[in-house]
Amino acid sequence: MDIVRRIIALTIKEFIMILKDPKSRFVIIGPPLIQFFVFGYAATYDLKNVSYAVFDESRTYESRQLLSRFKGSENFELTKTLLAEREIAPIINREKVRLVIHIGPEFSRDLHNGRPATLQVIVDGRNSNVALIALGYIGSIVEQYNQDLVKNRMVTMDGPGLVLMNRSWFNANLESRWFIVSALGGLISMVVVMILTSLSVAREREFGTFDQLLVAPFNPAEILIGKSLPGMLFGIMDALLFAAGAVYWFGVPFRGTVPTLILALGCFIITIVGVGLLVSSLSMTMQQALLGSFVFMMPSVILSGFATPIENMPHWLQVGTLINPLRHIITALRNIFLEGAGISMVWPQLWPLLLMAGFALPLAAWMFRHRSQ
Amino acid sequence: MTPRVLFFMRMRGILRKEVFQILRDPSSIALAIVLPLVLLFIFGYGVTLDADNVPVAVVLDDNGPAAREVSARFDLSPYFKTVHLTSMTDATKLLSQRDVDGIVHLQNDFSEDLYKRNRAPVQVIINGIDANRARLIQGYTRGVLQKWTEVRQARGKPVALPAVKISQRVWFNEAAVSRDFLVPGLITLIMTLIGILLTALVVAREWERGTMEAILVTPIRRVDLLLGKMLPYFVLGMLGMGLSVWVGVTLFHVPFRGSIVALFILSALFMLASSGFGLLISAAVRVQFVAAQISIVAGFLPALFLSGLIFDLDSTPRFIQIVSYVVPARYFVDISHTLFMAGDIWPVLLPNALALTGMAVLFISLAFRKITKRLEG
Repeated sequence: MDIVRRIIALTIKEFIMILKDPKSRFVIIGPPLIQFFVFGYAATYDLKNVSYAVFDESRTYESRQLLSRFKGSENFELTKTLLAEREIAPIINREKVRLVIHIGPEFSRDLHNGRPATLQVIVDGRNSNVALIALGYIGSIVEQYNQDLVKNRMVTMDGPGLVLMNRSWFNANLESRWFIVSALGGLISMVVVMILTSLSVAREREFGTFDQLLVAPFNPAEILIGKSLPGMLFGIMDALLFAAGAVYWFGVPFRGTVPTLILALGCFIITIVGVGLLVSSLSMTMQQALLGSFVFMMPSVILSGFATPIENMPHWLQVGTLINPLRHIITALRNIFLEGAGISMVWPQLWPLLLMAGFALPLAAWMFRHRSQ
Repeated sequence: MTPRVLFFMRMRGILRKEVFQILRDPSSIALAIVLPLVLLFIFGYGVTLDADNVPVAVVLDDNGPAAREVSARFDLSPYFKTVHLTSMTDATKLLSQRDVDGIVHLQNDFSEDLYKRNRAPVQVIINGIDANRARLIQGYTRGVLQKWTEVRQARGKPVALPAVKISQRVWFNEAAVSRDFLVPGLITLIMTLIGILLTALVVAREWERGTMEAILVTPIRRVDLLLGKMLPYFVLGMLGMGLSVWVGVTLFHVPFRGSIVALFILSALFMLASSGFGLLISAAVRVQFVAAQISIVAGFLPALFLSGLIFDLDSTPRFIQIVSYVVPARYFVDISHTLFMAGDIWPVLLPNALALTGMAVLFISLAFRKITKRLEG
């Protein structure tokens, strides 16, 4: 009973430390929520309103018909009509438009004579990903146009040809927001928990109150539990709020079950609490703790598969990402949300998390005393 | 003594103090030097948006020469790593287990369709969970089919040419290598971290520890304090920037087509805006914990999400675009992309530079007002 009483006392003290200051009270609830919504809107690979200019030298019925398909697409927005070739370079250089569609004077003649007519596209490659996606959109517009020409007997297929039939599973309209938003909660709750826990020991070290805690009749395990609970609680609370926001605000499908979600988030948050406390127990000042948590967080965000796929990395780096807790929860969250994974399906992601927690937490407790001396 | 001599004496004093503080706690040097290096290596060697060797299952229900010819095109493409299967059931199982990212399926009437009707469908099913990757894979598939047409044409076999074909040019990054735009973006991120987070922590720490009181009773004026706090971190940030550019260009062969002078001036502006923002935070809240949270929430994360670093800003809703105008990183991402890949295009650089100057002036003067020589915030 004594242990429980001591742990309760410690936990209350930790909560008071976080909640007594109105600024820090606000910081753990307000900004994470705002971020979630702002970034949920901002983080998408789907292009809308890509500004483009048209340089139509053909000026025929056919060229206008093809161009009208771009005008009708919500992915593109016509910004300027060019009258001379020399206007192309400056307009792209100055970022007035993302791409220029150029139709040469022979366009409709070629089309009628059965020669392939050329649609020239010049894209600003400064953001190569945007360039590739935009080219993909153009590719499908032109493909559709070609198929319609055949269907309307405007041109005849004078030889065998292939027709691409694309389908995508789990996400038929290829909405990248689902992919990003389902994982975003994991990322933001990691940031909150990491900051909260990494400062907890370091703050007391900096003010000298940690020595008092060490000489008080608490053993390191009790201190560890007391320091972990607030982070755990706020972390899971934030993460669940984000999950609800993803489903009810952003309309991300939730195909899994709530217990699986809670279990996965619990495993993740306890790991992050462990890492945060480990960083904290190694730091003598708050500055060290914060910079330390950044040294942890930056690579783990980049190597998590959040924005750039793990599959694109070289093999050795893919293996390296296995020790990244964020990678596991992001995979688990996506599986739970989009594929309806149950506990057994996300277990391969959960046990590495528990293993990392089982390593980080005791090490942090051991460091409490040993680093202080 | 003249006022100028006094000014230099005060500056020397406060700068010495700051430099000692940085040297004594190597964590800030770690952030300025070690973190950029680690991140650059990760980015340079590993992180890319370009997919290659995408595992796909190829299922041929028709085993005729025409079908095998199409499947050979997929085998030969550097973008795909093919697995040949005989049944769609096996293939769909692999797709759900994520062992393959897509299935290429030719039905049993493929040859007949191709030769009798001149049009044969190639069915491609892609796992759409990662929509961006799925789109790229669709693009690669289109390329493979186009290659099939070209090869047939070159061999003089009958083939239907597309009525309209696309000839594409990607300017500034002909091969569309994503590393070339991710590395300049990373530099923005590193400078944001140093400028906002580090600066915010340093001043908040003085308030929290009470050492600010000790400074306030000295003859140091507000201007001296501000300059003394900003200069060392400005230098650290510029060092981190220089290091990143150097490693990016020499080791990872990221092109740099602008001029060094422009890079130096514009990144100095960005650094001033960032550290001004950091100072403002710390002067306003005076608690390290809160200063850190705010610099992450208002500094670091917006630099990642609202700057055009990875995600395209033009595609976001209107209100997000409006919010992004107050993020300094937004302007610098534009600057660094242009400087690295396109060159000194002043019509792009100048408006961004003006915005950064405006922000630097605003943040620094607000911080100046907030650093009152009073004890009560």
